[in-house]
Amino acid sequence: MQIVLQQIINALSLGSIYALLALGYSMVYGIIKLINFAHGDIYMLGAFCAYYVISLWHFNFITALLTAMIVSALAGVVIEYFAYRPLRKSPRIAVLITAIGVSFLLENGMSYLVGSNARSFPQVMEQVNYNIGGIVISNIQILILATALILMVLLQVIIKKTKMGRAMRAVSVDPDAAELVGVNVNHTISFTFALGSALAGAGGILIGMYYNQIDPLMGMTPGIKAFVAAVLGGIGSVPGASLGGFLIGILETFFQSIGLSAYKDAVVYFVLIVILLFLPAGIFGKNTKEKV
Amino acid sequence: MAMLEVENLSVNYGVIQAVKGVSFKINEGEIVTLIGANGAGKSTIVKTISGLLKPKDGQITYQGKSIVKEKAPQIVLDGISQVPEGRHIFSGLTVMENLQMGAFLQKSGSEVNKGYQEIFERFPILQKRKNQDAATLSGGEQQMLAIGRALMAKPKLLLLDEPSMGLSPLYIQEIFKIIKELNEKGTTILLIEQNAKQALSIADRGYVLATGKIELTGTGQELLANPEVQKVYFGG
Repeated sequence: MQIVLQQIINALSLGSIYALLALGYSMVYGIIKLINFAHGDIYMLGAFCAYYVISLWHFNFITALLTAMIVSALAGVVIEYFAYRPLRKSPRIAVLITAIGVSFLLENGMSYLVGSNARSFPQVMEQVNYNIGGIVISNIQILILATALILMVLLQVIIKKTKMGRAMRAVSVDPDAAELVGVNVNHTISFTFALGSALAGAGGILIGMYYNQIDPLMGMTPGIKAFVAAVLGGIGSVPGASLGGFLIGILETFFQSIGLSAYKDAVVYFVLIVILLFLPAGIFGKNTKEKV
Repeated sequence: MAMLEVENLSVNYGVIQAVKGVSFKINEGEIVTLIGANGAGKSTIVKTISGLLKPKDGQITYQGKSIVKEKAPQIVLDGISQVPEGRHIFSGLTVMENLQMGAFLQKSGSEVNKGYQEIFERFPILQKRKNQDAATLSGGEQQMLAIGRALMAKPKLLLLDEPSMGLSPLYIQEIFKIIKELNEKGTTILLIEQNAKQALSIADRGYVLATGKIELTGTGQELLANPEVQKVYFGG
């Protein structure tokens, strides 16, 4: 029982990071129907940004988190502006290939700039382990989970309650009609990229704290896993992305805990295959029917 | 001076030239209708007025200034709102949120609240359904919502693209009655319709469009009585 609870704690902190990443995938897909394969690399940028401000300027957790989020948001907006916007009217496959290109550019660009070897993430705070009835929880795990949950709630509030959030939802269901009520579609898309990328940046600093290690290629695997999480939850759905992230985290931790660490990535990809075969719309996905 | 003047407008839709040198005008306070079969270029014209499409050639003048270079949101601010063909309400957003979207560019909160009151008075059914997902409304209710959403922007000129499409006869009557009432309250209206008889019977003036060109023009009554129009649209 203790082991199960312990693993659930571990799964939740990892899952919350996947959830943050999956949210960005899902939001961007919702608004421009693009699987943004560069999303995982934005999360890497967030991690590196946090790495530098913590080790060079000794930022504390909150300021490092905010800096990583702002820098990632800017990166996301710039990438959308230069790489995706000119292709807005092109076939979707062209944009998809561009996204893969942007991903390679970021990975190799960072390898070139900072070197490709892994570096250890600076300790932003002293790790303290709490032992509650035999279950060990570190303050870092609590911090990761709390940060992720706060950001998810904040995102939900922005999407549901603010004018910009309504505009995002309107553009994602019907961009032409949104323009006809006066929404600037380009600004709304930029805003969506900023939000999604900021969450990825937050995920980056959290994963740095979780694994204590970062490198320029760190975005590849978590990026794909978060994509699987978004598909599992129903791509385009915000609650779906959160749930998908947690489920993938739980699944991975479970396979690790029964001694099949070597297969933990394979299991996630297997889930993708199963989902695409049997539940292509995902858990919260809707089969959209057009009413004429 | 005309409120809206379209001169020699040509628009390409993909590779096809959908509108070929169309000119017409709308005076303040009028109901003007453009009628014509599928593919005549009616929707292309309203989309161009609203700024969703850019013309190849020609001029659109609204209240004395050219609006062909303006983007859609600016045109809404100028006072031209469109109720698009097929309604295009925002599914997944509630009825209330759809109306809020209609007021997207409105600055004054009290004006917006007054706007909701007016819409709910005109369409009581929308008030009853205000927290419902707009996609769950019936076709006629969605059309009312689409009109309500456009009205939230306080337009001086309302463009209605096929408002009667796909509605039951009862709703069609209702929608045309509403259009007439809106006009009496001071909104100028450009009505695009395939339902020529109904449209002409409430219109001050009409234009008949075929394959991208204006074929006939006259007052609503003249066109209703015109033998050519009768032959094509009323079967005899």
